[in-house]
Amino acid sequence: MKQKAKFAVLAASLAVSAAVASTAALAQAEEQFFPVLVYRTGPYAPNGVPFANGYVDYLKLVNARDAGINGIKIAFEECETGYATDRGVECYERLKGKGPTGATAFHTLSTGITFAVTDKTFADKIPIITAGYGRADSVDGTVFGWNFPLGGTYWGAADMLIQHIGKKEGGLDRLKGKKIALVYHDSPYGKEPIALLQERAKMHDYELLLLPVTHPGVEQKATWLQIRQQRPDYVFLWGWGVMNSTSIKEAVATGYPREKMYGVWWSGAEPDVTPAGEGAKGYNALVFLAPAGRGAVHKDVLRYVYDKGQGAGKKEDVGEVLYNRGMTAAMMTVEAVKRAQIKYGKKPLRGEQVRWGLENLHIDPAAIKKLGFDGFMTPVSTSCLDHEGGSVSYIHAWNGKKWVVQAGSYKPDMSIIKPMIRASAEKYAAEKKIAKRDCAKEQ
Amino acid sequence: MFYRENGQFKSSYASDQQMLPILQDRVFMLGLLAFAFLVVPFVAGDYLFLSILIPFLILTLAAIGLNLLVGYCGQISIGHAAFMAVGAYAAYNLALRLPQLNFLVVLVLAGLIAAAAGMLFGIPSLRIKGLYLAVATLAAQFFMDWLFARVKWFTNYAHSGSVSTAPVELFGWKIDTPVEKYLFLLGVLVAFTLIAKNLVRCQIGREWMAMRDMDVAAEVIGIRPVYAKLTAFAVSSFYCGVAGALWGFVHLGSWEPLAFSLNLSLNLLFMIIIGGMGSLLGSYFGAAFIVILPILLNQVPQWLGVPISTAMTSHLEFMIFGALIVFFLIVEPHGLARLWAIGKEKLRLWPFPH
Repeated sequence: MKQKAKFAVLAASLAVSAAVASTAALAQAEEQFFPVLVYRTGPYAPNGVPFANGYVDYLKLVNARDAGINGIKIAFEECETGYATDRGVECYERLKGKGPTGATAFHTLSTGITFAVTDKTFADKIPIITAGYGRADSVDGTVFGWNFPLGGTYWGAADMLIQHIGKKEGGLDRLKGKKIALVYHDSPYGKEPIALLQERAKMHDYELLLLPVTHPGVEQKATWLQIRQQRPDYVFLWGWGVMNSTSIKEAVATGYPREKMYGVWWSGAEPDVTPAGEGAKGYNALVFLAPAGRGAVHKDVLRYVYDKGQGAGKKEDVGEVLYNRGMTAAMMTVEAVKRAQIKYGKKPLRGEQVRWGLENLHIDPAAIKKLGFDGFMTPVSTSCLDHEGGSVSYIHAWNGKKWVVQAGSYKPDMSIIKPMIRASAEKYAAEKKIAKRDCAKEQ
Repeated sequence: MFYRENGQFKSSYASDQQMLPILQDRVFMLGLLAFAFLVVPFVAGDYLFLSILIPFLILTLAAIGLNLLVGYCGQISIGHAAFMAVGAYAAYNLALRLPQLNFLVVLVLAGLIAAAAGMLFGIPSLRIKGLYLAVATLAAQFFMDWLFARVKWFTNYAHSGSVSTAPVELFGWKIDTPVEKYLFLLGVLVAFTLIAKNLVRCQIGREWMAMRDMDVAAEVIGIRPVYAKLTAFAVSSFYCGVAGALWGFVHLGSWEPLAFSLNLSLNLLFMIIIGGMGSLLGSYFGAAFIVILPILLNQVPQWLGVPISTAMTSHLEFMIFGALIVFFLIVEPHGLARLWAIGKEKLRLWPFPH
């Protein structure tokens, strides 16, 4: 009798645990896990928040509108980095193994964190997407097998700015004898463009002033005093977070014309100009993939996410520059997963499989239109050799109320950048003793 | 009842002077070491190693270094991250320019270079004391920041000022998995703790403590302040230099000057204040408190299943962390090590406290 009871209990508990295990497995098997590194606090929060909102909202939209990526639901988790490298690495370690197949791909949203986790990707086999930031030399997929600076690098950005002012002056040769000041965040992020600007300075014979601003960038009196003394013809701004708005305010205070200031694409969003009020009028910046505004995809976001009370931010902020950039970042990741699903099947994919998708990404104008990103995305087409996928940009100017896109688009001059990428990647490979990939064999 | 030294008679000088005079302590320490070396590598996961244990081990080493100076010799420094930076960049340049050197040699040389820098910045300590000295050491922090950000030679002319290193190799043993890193660091830390423990028990350590307790009296009984203070700065910077090299090579892999900012200096100082000044054990406690607690606090809401936003979690983390620091300093100003000592005292009497 006792034996029997024991057996019954055992059987029942086995059945229950089996049922629990199978439902857990089922729930797990249907999810693709997206890690989300954010900074919603600290001195970089004004810019970190809209990007994070756009990113998360797009993931929610894919879940609500399309029931996931081809039926595979997206699971995601945020982790606060505060833009600090050590916390970013901790977040990376925390999230890399979650979900049934581990993390899909990381957007680090910080050049410092990118540098730190790049080392780890070789062992973890998880792609790092640094759309418009990160290391410029990581375009070279043979050395940086897991980094994807999709859609643009800082070398490309600096090159396009030089092209723009060259055009404005009436030819690149007119830059001779001009003075260009680079006001930059004193970190790997801000230092990245220097190499390209120096290379171009050799070609066009302009003078380059390097004016570093220490983190977080609220103290810039000394920098702008130098600008007042030196009177550069143009100022390039390579800032982030509160540094941007402080720079523009200082420009107003020193009377430097805002029309002659050009920001990189991380120094050209609403939180950068609104604190300076009327004074910011005329300030210019590069556009990265998407300008401000609303298109077809925003209608969907409002309908499927915000109308159900699921929005990450405020309704009126949908369509801001950084919000749109967060959305395009999420979109490119989702498209990479879709692409990889064609090869590996409609199931949750590992980071290694997503990399194949990222290396074979072809977002052409037709695809952009179909996704509802018409006017908010430039074509990207990658390969194992080229992890950038092409870069097109234009300039937008702040008219006091909103960002207005200017006529004319630019492409980086790859004949200058390519040799620099190669040299820098070779040096990195030698320092880290990395064996290069053979792309011909892998496709 | 169990923790009592009754019946343990010392019959020789050696046994009287040993590091852990009580048998129970020795057993406990051996058990702890066996656990750390033999059990942890098998039970801990990647996350625990990479995000918690490895930073903890390295920062403990740095905290021990700072404790030798501040806790034992009484010279306050708020620029010790600078000496970590010196160690890291020295090791980077040695490994880059002399690739045939063994990593252990690189580590020791990096430590020595940091020691030289430490002695240089320790010279003001001969004239100024207390808070004034603290401000003078701040100069080290800003100077090193400037040096490594501006002088391109130190970073091998990297575009972005960020340097990267290859995985550490030791006699053909490539240290690249988390477990291997952990074991290597643990070995280094145990060795350096032993050295520190013996240093503070011998003549030089006693000179430091005499200097700390009253420098005039120490001078009167024949202790040379120049020698005592500068050796303290040298040894302390040596430890921090080694810790910095390990932080760069083993933990980060690639870094920029910001990795050794003033923030880290202050964190090191908090570690020894909270852990306990003038106590090696305190360095361990303090490092654990500063490294692990914020990460833990950040994850608690999620474990509990409380749905609060990422921003709120991180605000809460700061608030609770700050409150805990204040709480511990009010309850026990001598640090966590003192709490531990009180616990041991109580245990000796237990279960008959009267």
